[in-house]
Amino acid sequence: MQGWLSILIMIALGAGFALISVVLSSFLGPRKPTPEKLAPYECGMPPVGDARERQSVKFYLVAMIFLLFDIEIAFLYPWAMALRDLGWNGFAQVLLFIALLLAGYVYVWRKGALDWGGDQATARRRSTIGD
Amino acid sequence: MPPGISTSDFYYILPELVLTAGALVVLIADVLLPRERRSALSWVTLAAVGATLASLLPFTSTHVEVAHGLLAVDRFALFFKIVFLVAAAITVLMSVRYLAIEGASPGEYYFLILCATLGMMVMAGGIDLITIFIGLETMAVSFYILAGFIKPNQRSNEAAVKYFLLGAFSLGILLYGMSLMYGLSGTTNLRVMATSFGAMAGDSRLALAVILVVAGVGFKIAAVPFHMWAPDVYEGAPTPVTAFLSVGSKAASFAMLIRIFVEGLPSASEDWRLLFWVLSIATMTVGNFAAVTQTNVKRMLAYSSIAHAGYVLIGIVAGTSRGITATLVYLMVYSFMQLGAFAVVVMLRRADVVGDELKDFSGLASRNPFAAFAMLLFMLSLGGIPPTAGFMGKFWLFSAAIDAHYYWLALIGVLNSAVSLYYYIRIVVFMYVKKETLGSEPTTSPTLAVVLAVAVAATLVLGVYPQLLFNVAAASARTLGAAGATAALR
Repeated sequence: MQGWLSILIMIALGAGFALISVVLSSFLGPRKPTPEKLAPYECGMPPVGDARERQSVKFYLVAMIFLLFDIEIAFLYPWAMALRDLGWNGFAQVLLFIALLLAGYVYVWRKGALDWGGDQATARRRSTIGD
Repeated sequence: MPPGISTSDFYYILPELVLTAGALVVLIADVLLPRERRSALSWVTLAAVGATLASLLPFTSTHVEVAHGLLAVDRFALFFKIVFLVAAAITVLMSVRYLAIEGASPGEYYFLILCATLGMMVMAGGIDLITIFIGLETMAVSFYILAGFIKPNQRSNEAAVKYFLLGAFSLGILLYGMSLMYGLSGTTNLRVMATSFGAMAGDSRLALAVILVVAGVGFKIAAVPFHMWAPDVYEGAPTPVTAFLSVGSKAASFAMLIRIFVEGLPSASEDWRLLFWVLSIATMTVGNFAAVTQTNVKRMLAYSSIAHAGYVLIGIVAGTSRGITATLVYLMVYSFMQLGAFAVVVMLRRADVVGDELKDFSGLASRNPFAAFAMLLFMLSLGGIPPTAGFMGKFWLFSAAIDAHYYWLALIGVLNSAVSLYYYIRIVVFMYVKKETLGSEPTTSPTLAVVLAVAVAATLVLGVYPQLLFNVAAASARTLGAAGATAALR
C-alpha cells in the first residue's frame, strides 16, 4: 500500500488546488459586469446567430471513412520499416490486411459513400445507406 | 520466438479465416449484384457457414495453443463453434422470408450475422483476455446494429440504442475487472494467470476483480440483476436476430465465462462459486416469475431465456467436470428448442400481423398443425418434460448440482421448472383450445419448414438418445485448460 500514498497525495493536491482557486477568485475577484463580459464567449466579439447548426450526416461518413484508411496507413508504415526482418510471412499477413481493407473500400465505393456531390445517380445509390 | 504469428498458426485458425472470407464475399456480392438477384445472398451465407463447418473437420482432436497463447484450438472450442455455426445457419434460414416481409436489405444483415458468429468463435477459443475481449466486441457491435436493423420500426431502434448503451457500460465494468486481473498477475494469458493467482486465494483485490468480471459477464448472459435490457431488446429486435441473440450470444458468453473463471481463476473459485450461486437462484426465480405475466411471446421467451441462463449457471456453480459437461449439453439442447420456438414466431409474422402477441397463437393448431405440434414440443422441452431434450439437459444439470452437494440449488431449480410450465403450457392452450384466428394464414416457406424439421428432430433425438451428445460434451469439458485449470474441476 506504500506506493499508493503518493497517488492519494497527488489527487488531494490536484482537487485542492482547483477548489481553492475557484473559491478564492469568487471571494476576492472584483465584479464589474457589462453585457459583453456576460456573453458566453467573452472575447470582444458579439456572437452572431445560433451555435446549433445542422450538419449533413455525410460529414460523419467522410470522417469515419477517413479514419479507417488513415489507420491503414498508420499500420503500413511500421511494417514497411521492418519489412526485411518480417520476411515473406509478414508480407503475406500485410497482404491479408490490405485485402480486408480493400473489401471495405469496394463496399463504401459501390454504396456511393465516396460521391460527395449531389447528383441524381449517387442520391439513388446512397438512399440504401442514408435513409 | 519469431515475431508475429507463424504459418502453422494460420493453419489452425482456418475455420475463422474461411468464415471471414465468406463474410467479405457476402458484403462485396451485396454491392455488385443487381438488386433483384440479392436474394441469392442467403445461399452464399449458408455456403460460408457450411464451408466453415467443414473446415472444422481437421481439428476434431487437436489440442494446441496458437499465436503465442492467444487462442486455443481444442475440443471445448470446437463444441462451441459447432453450436454457433448451427445456430447461425438456422438463423439465416429463418431470416429469408422475414427480411422479405420487413423489406430490409439482406446484404449487410447476413454480413453482420457472419461477423457476430466470427466474434463468438474467437470468444470460445480465446485463452487470453485480449482475444476474448476482441471476440466479444466483434460479436456485440454486430448485434447492436442487427437489433436496430428494421430502421422504420421504432421498437427496433429503441432495442438497438438500449442494447448499445447498456452493453457499452457493462463492457466498461468487464474491462475494469480484466484490468485488475492483469494488474494483479502481470499477464493477460488466462493459463499463466491461473498459476500466478495460485498463491493469492482470499486476496481482497482479487475478489474485487472477480466481482467486476462477474458483473460484466452477468450482463452478457442476462443474469438477474443485470437482465433489464433483455426483454426490451428481445422484443424490439427483428425476430431471427432475437433468436440468434438469445442462443449464440448467450452460448458464447458462457464459453467466455468458463474460460475466464475455470481456466483463469481456479484459485478464487470459492468467491465466484458463491457469486454464481446467488446469481443462479435470482436469475431462475425472477426470470420465471416475470415470464408468467407476459402477454407478448417474444418478451415471454426473453424472460424464459433469462431463466434458462439461471439453470445453466447451476452447472457452473457445481464446477465439477460433470457440471461443465451438463452446461455444454444444456447450451446445445437449449439452442435447438429456443431457435425452433422463435422460428414459429417468425412464421406468424405476416404482412398484416406482427404476430408476436400471445393471442396471435390462437387457433394455430387448426391452421398449421405441424407448426403447432413443433411449438408444443419446444414448449415441453423448454419446460423440461420427457421425452424431450430439455428434460435430459435439466436432469444432468440438477444431478450435477446434487453430485456436488448443492441440494438447495437443485431443489430451487426443480421448483422453478414447475413454475415455468405454467407459461409454456399457456401458449399450447392458445394454439389448441382457442379457436378465433387473427389475420391471414401463417407464413410458410421451404426454409422455415427445414428449420422446424431440424429443431424438432434435434429436440426429439437428443431427448430419446442423449448418450452421443453427453459423450462429446464430456470429452470437450475434459480438454478444458492446461495444468492449472484441472484443479478447479474437482
